[in-house]
Amino acid sequence: MAAAESSWFPALALGVSLFKCLFISAYHSTDFEVHRNWLSITHSLPLDRWYHENTSEWTLDYPPLFAWFELALSQGARLVHPPMLLLQNLNYSSPAAVLYQRVTVILTDLLLIWGVRECCRCLQGQKGSRDVLNRPPFVLAVLLLWNFGLFIVDHIHFQYNGFLFGFLLLSVAKHMQGLHLQGALLFAVLLNLKHIYLYVAPAYGVYLLRSYCFPQDSADGSVRWRSFSLLRLMALGGIVLSVCFLSFGPFILMGQLPQVLSRLFPFKRGLCHAYWAPNVWALYNGLDKTLTLLGVRLELLQEAELPKASMTGGLVQEFQHTVLPSVTPPITLLCTVLSILPALVSLWRRPRSALRFLRCLLLCALGSFLFGWHVHEKAVLLAILPLSLLAVQSREDAGIFLLLSTTGHYSLFPLLFTPAELPIKVLLMLLFTLYSFSALTHLHRAPLLLPLETLYLVGLLLLALCCEVLFPLSPWGGRLPFLPLLASSLYCSLGVCYCFLRLYCSMLRGGAERPKQH
Amino acid sequence: MQTWSLVSLCVLLGLAVRWGVSLNSYSGAGTPPMFGDYEAQRHWQEVTYNLPVQEWYFNTTKNDLNYWGIDYPPLTAYHSLICAFVAKTINPEWVKLHKSRGYESPAHKLFMRATVLVADLLIYIPAVVLYCLYLTEGSSKKKVSTLLCFLLYPGLILVDYGHFQYNGVSLGFALWGVLALGLGWDALGSVAFCLALSYKQMELYHALPFFCYLLGKSVKLGLMGRGLYLFVRIALTVLVTFALCWLPFLSDPGQAMQVVRRIFPVARGLFEDKVANTWCSLSVLIKIRSILSSDSQMYLSFACTLLAVLPSCVRLLMKPTFWQFKLALANSSLAFFLFSYQVHEKSILLAALPACLLLNDLPLMAIWFLHASTFSMLPLFLKDGLLVPFAVTSLGFLYFSIYLLSALERCSEEELRLGGYHKLLFWLPKLDLAWIVRWKFYVSVSVMAGLSIATVALVPPPHLPDLFPVLVSITSFSHFLGTFIYFNIVQFSEPPSRKSQKKNN
Repeated sequence: MAAAESSWFPALALGVSLFKCLFISAYHSTDFEVHRNWLSITHSLPLDRWYHENTSEWTLDYPPLFAWFELALSQGARLVHPPMLLLQNLNYSSPAAVLYQRVTVILTDLLLIWGVRECCRCLQGQKGSRDVLNRPPFVLAVLLLWNFGLFIVDHIHFQYNGFLFGFLLLSVAKHMQGLHLQGALLFAVLLNLKHIYLYVAPAYGVYLLRSYCFPQDSADGSVRWRSFSLLRLMALGGIVLSVCFLSFGPFILMGQLPQVLSRLFPFKRGLCHAYWAPNVWALYNGLDKTLTLLGVRLELLQEAELPKASMTGGLVQEFQHTVLPSVTPPITLLCTVLSILPALVSLWRRPRSALRFLRCLLLCALGSFLFGWHVHEKAVLLAILPLSLLAVQSREDAGIFLLLSTTGHYSLFPLLFTPAELPIKVLLMLLFTLYSFSALTHLHRAPLLLPLETLYLVGLLLLALCCEVLFPLSPWGGRLPFLPLLASSLYCSLGVCYCFLRLYCSMLRGGAERPKQH
Repeated sequence: MQTWSLVSLCVLLGLAVRWGVSLNSYSGAGTPPMFGDYEAQRHWQEVTYNLPVQEWYFNTTKNDLNYWGIDYPPLTAYHSLICAFVAKTINPEWVKLHKSRGYESPAHKLFMRATVLVADLLIYIPAVVLYCLYLTEGSSKKKVSTLLCFLLYPGLILVDYGHFQYNGVSLGFALWGVLALGLGWDALGSVAFCLALSYKQMELYHALPFFCYLLGKSVKLGLMGRGLYLFVRIALTVLVTFALCWLPFLSDPGQAMQVVRRIFPVARGLFEDKVANTWCSLSVLIKIRSILSSDSQMYLSFACTLLAVLPSCVRLLMKPTFWQFKLALANSSLAFFLFSYQVHEKSILLAALPACLLLNDLPLMAIWFLHASTFSMLPLFLKDGLLVPFAVTSLGFLYFSIYLLSALERCSEEELRLGGYHKLLFWLPKLDLAWIVRWKFYVSVSVMAGLSIATVALVPPPHLPDLFPVLVSITSFSHFLGTFIYFNIVQFSEPPSRKSQKKNN
């Protein structure tokens, strides 16, 4: 902390990487087996079987570029521990296999570290306080590298999000530096690694089209149609299409595109995931449940006629609402489009600031999180991480960040349900939340939350205490195991919706785009 | 950021690292019939819960002392009893007499790990925080950096949360003693140290400096008058604390004698396994154990220890300052470790605690020694399956302590206090000692890294099966001996002047 200024970044990165190594032997979820299975599929089967193989229930459902990535990883696995590559070895998790896969996550996180470094460079110009600890780049690096959600999802639960976020952050950084083609290339690669990033693709599309293909504005800032550059559009299109062709090409040539797409977009799953992600549909389901219970109590509904409602039964399945109309995929799609449309229009009108693009990207992520079909609670990270970039630059966003990160991270708690990991998730959450509160408050030199928001977070703390400590000890603990999940999910949805609205307000107002001057 | 939030962040980070290590294996996991220290601690819970106090230290039909009989002083036994009560309410199977032998389950491991964390949280960590905030010099950032390094010392974490022991309790009490002495609360300090001594007899390594410091202070205040009053007060406090701790065993002299016999097992020989002290390292050249009788071995080691402790204790008696006290703690514990009878490799933790106290004053030397002390326990950690946490925490500690305390920038001859060496080596041409020290540090770290890798990766030749453990212990021994000499010379050279300290900050 007292050391020279240039050396803090490697120290932070090394520290977090070593810290990740400590949790190699911690609990890992079925996602570990998912990725092991993909290693074995890509290693032992020819290309045309990849998206047909179904020995394991965890079939390959990421885009082809990710499958190529797994193929590369399997080359290392063959040297280290070949038994993990056998297709029939279902649920294989020998210490060597765990070590290998965990280490690949930690090593591929180098890309995240690189992305964070680029983002910090973009902030370098601003003069901060003399103390390294209070400078925006330092705070940003900690918020991104030590992010609680990313840590537990990647390094305990097991996934490769860090490396994917590395691509996203790199691409955002390139856009901030005005290198739009590189940014577009990185994003195209990212899309072909994991298609969940389609959520934020509209923001990219509008931004690139408007600010790259129309290089000039008319005097009042509106689009000057005559400045359209076909060359730029072709360069952009060429990049995106060639990346897509590299990834999907072999499958298109083999005539397997429909099969691949059916794996990538499984609409047979239900509206909500096993635990309800804190979004609008959780509130909708909650309302339906409440109305049903009220109806039964007031004898407007016959209990015998109701379908067996097991909304959180743990299995992914379709679910019929009893009172409210049922929701189908097209409706969720429509809601999502409607929710992000104003943001896109606003970006189209005033596209010249990379920060407005970032804000639009955030709104797309949050909009599809709130209204999407079968949303996973982990998808909230897609909003929290980019929001860190805004939080170190504007006071208002810092407040929203605190609210959204605390709520969103708390909603990740059910991912780790084993008792041995309970202290870890509590300690790390405290660590991250305490840091973000004190660092951001100090950075902006002002209180960041409104009284009502503070009250909401205090309520969240009480809820957490009830759900994690009091409820399991109470007599209802055994009988209603889903009640805490339900309560957390509903309570968190309120917070996420509120953050969405506040972000929307600042986007439409168009203010707060100038970096805060110290 | 404010100091309090930095301090809380450090503590949280320290706790998270501890819990991360605790997810790994423990000593003797799944290895019947004797298991390891984990089973020993569990067995003590079983014994203390089910048997009356009079039987705890005796070999009876219900208490087989050959199977992990209690060999620590009463406070450890009481601690086990408290844990046993909690265990009983969670799952009675865990402490059932005889039936629970070798009990292992994930839930039980979680419980045992949690008891270590709770003990640490109550005793060790608060003491570390207070010490760093009130008794180290420098800006608040510097204090926080020292705190972080202190909390992340890997040796203690790996032994307590990996191997499984409760060293945090005895070291924590000793640290409370140091803290109280540093703040001038002598009676409270002696209470804390008596508790430490009643928890683990190994705290005797620290006893002489405590005694000499308090005696020296009393003498300085005047043997008649205030000094005498202070001395009598401390003596009474010590007696009362010990009496309270040992109360159940004092009714019958036979009881007390049996406890003492249990906690000082003289029959176990000069040393066991491969420990990085003088006797074990010497045995590579001379087989002392076969030359001398067991009695003369004991006298020899006693004499050597006394001789080694004497200079630093006399110096402390003459100049009872806190700086001298810290150095004397390091010297005395190192002397005991190097020369005394029946030393375990884990006892190096007792020397590591004073080295942690010196982290802020002599960063490079303290870090170097602390790293070597962790390294000296490598064979133990490998046996327990703690390779990954060992590698991660040692690397992290080495890098971050050097980075945060700017150890390699703060190593001029003056800052390393190498003046004494110049006086000793007056016949040699003037050397740049600081430069030599720095290079020795680089070479030693590379040697330790190389030996660690070799131990893990290479198979020793068949006629030398213990090659790597012996190399590890000899390497560590040379480090410990060097540190011992260095700290003694520092203790006898002039105390740091105020001016140079200000400059460092």
